[in-house]
Amino acid sequence: MSIYLPVAEVSVSILMLLGIGGMVGLLSGLFGVGGGFILTPILFFIGIPPAVAVASAANQIVGSSFSAFLAHLKRKTVDFKMGGVLLAGGLVGSAFGVQLFTMLTRAGQIELFVSLAYVVLLGSIGGLMLYESVGALRRQKNSNALLQPRKRHSWVHGLPLKMRFRTSHLYVSAIPPFVIGLIVGVLAAILGVGGGFIMVPAMIYLIGMPTKVVIGTSVFQFLFVTGFTTVMHAWQSQTVDVLLALILLIGGVIGAQVGVSLATRLRAEQLRVLLALLVLVVGFQLFLELVLQPDERYSLSVAR
Amino acid sequence: MRRLVLALLLALAPPVAAPVATPVVAQERIVTGISTDNIALSATFEGTEVFVFGAIRREEPLPEEAGPLDIIITLRGPPQPLWVRRKERRFGIWMNTEAVRVSRTPSFYAAASTRRLHEILTETERLRWGIGMDQAVRHVGGHPAIDDTRPFAEAVVRIKEDEGLYARMDGAVRLMEETLFQTTFTLPANLVEGDYMAEFFLVRERAVIHRGVTTITVQKTGIERWLYNLSREQPIVYGLLAVGLALLAGWLASYAFSAFRLARR
Repeated sequence: MSIYLPVAEVSVSILMLLGIGGMVGLLSGLFGVGGGFILTPILFFIGIPPAVAVASAANQIVGSSFSAFLAHLKRKTVDFKMGGVLLAGGLVGSAFGVQLFTMLTRAGQIELFVSLAYVVLLGSIGGLMLYESVGALRRQKNSNALLQPRKRHSWVHGLPLKMRFRTSHLYVSAIPPFVIGLIVGVLAAILGVGGGFIMVPAMIYLIGMPTKVVIGTSVFQFLFVTGFTTVMHAWQSQTVDVLLALILLIGGVIGAQVGVSLATRLRAEQLRVLLALLVLVVGFQLFLELVLQPDERYSLSVAR
Repeated sequence: MRRLVLALLLALAPPVAAPVATPVVAQERIVTGISTDNIALSATFEGTEVFVFGAIRREEPLPEEAGPLDIIITLRGPPQPLWVRRKERRFGIWMNTEAVRVSRTPSFYAAASTRRLHEILTETERLRWGIGMDQAVRHVGGHPAIDDTRPFAEAVVRIKEDEGLYARMDGAVRLMEETLFQTTFTLPANLVEGDYMAEFFLVRERAVIHRGVTTITVQKTGIERWLYNLSREQPIVYGLLAVGLALLAGWLASYAFSAFRLARR
């Protein structure tokens, strides 16, 4: 059964969309990654226009991060003050990202830009994941060793504008979290990702935030940044397809629950190798599309 | 539809007293019909077929010396301005380098005829009535850096044909007894909203002797239409609605699954 997406203006199989949403949800349930970075390229492959894929993925993340945020709120693992600083940076980054996005769309270079960015992103995430999970497989016992915060003084602690973050037991400059939030905001706007793959390690390694509160605080930031990004895209580039987002969300929610219950039964380290390979394959596919001679050198887009 | 066919037959039946001394060509008129005049683009729209038919009405019997009769039927969707971009290899990567704007090109165009167009019509007549693919994609904007915009216009036709939005249908019109004719247009799922104009041309001696027109309205319906219009007319309200719906879905999900987990305990 097909469904006609009103803003994307394409007809897609509803089961396929539910399946994609479910698969991405399953990954996020299994590994605790957001999955936005794999969702958007898959939407390109099934023929959703890249601009619509990015903006609608941001809309989808609003729902999935709200669900996660409620869970973290219950467990009291959200540092609202730190989240506020990250959010301030995120909003600035997102506003800038949406402007850049509309500018590139007008110039006809958005597809190239997004594909290139994804090749770099997926290549590095996949590579790191593979490296880390192969290492973890060798070490077996101590697989979480990499995620321990480093409580040592670095250049980060020498910066001005220091603030006290009680929930995180930190007294650090507000500049690094603001900048991290900003980068994540730009990525949300131009790539349709939450940005957990950058924020979580940066907060742990760079700022020394306790692992316990990092994810809840990040999710708090994603919720507002992707919400803001959705409204900005709806306004500036008019490429948010709410129907697409909702169908992906339904699939994603079910997939995530299945993933969480599977995670307790399966060997996560071995699965992580598979995820890394999947990410690398998707990135390589995008890379091939950039370097191989296309069947059709011309493309059409409706002028406004 | 049955009533329409009946009306057509009635219109054909009585050989009414003919006005004298008019040339043979002027005495033939085209009467048109279409299986639907309204197509709803609903959420589950997967394309449709439109049956187009008609008859030729004559005031008096055909003279012996009349040449062969032909019919051309074109269906033209609402016009759109387009950007046509060409990729070239730069730094090992295929990227869009040149762009040409086509100011008006039909979003859908199909030309069905009893025989091949150039066998039926003189070139002057074809251009005069704007029939054929090259006539559909005109108004290709020039660009100082691009010598030849023809490949861009050809690309529009090629890509649209691949998507099922443009079609050459030589020989697809069936003409029976020099009087009744019919054809079927296939409309794909990716239709654009608007008025689709069906033009009927009655051709004799390589010239159009009568033209008839009907329109089909293609409209998004229900929730699709409402969402699309809102996204264009009130984009900020639409954006807020999108966020609201996502929040609601996220909340429902966490509510449903916590209830589910409690029930399992």
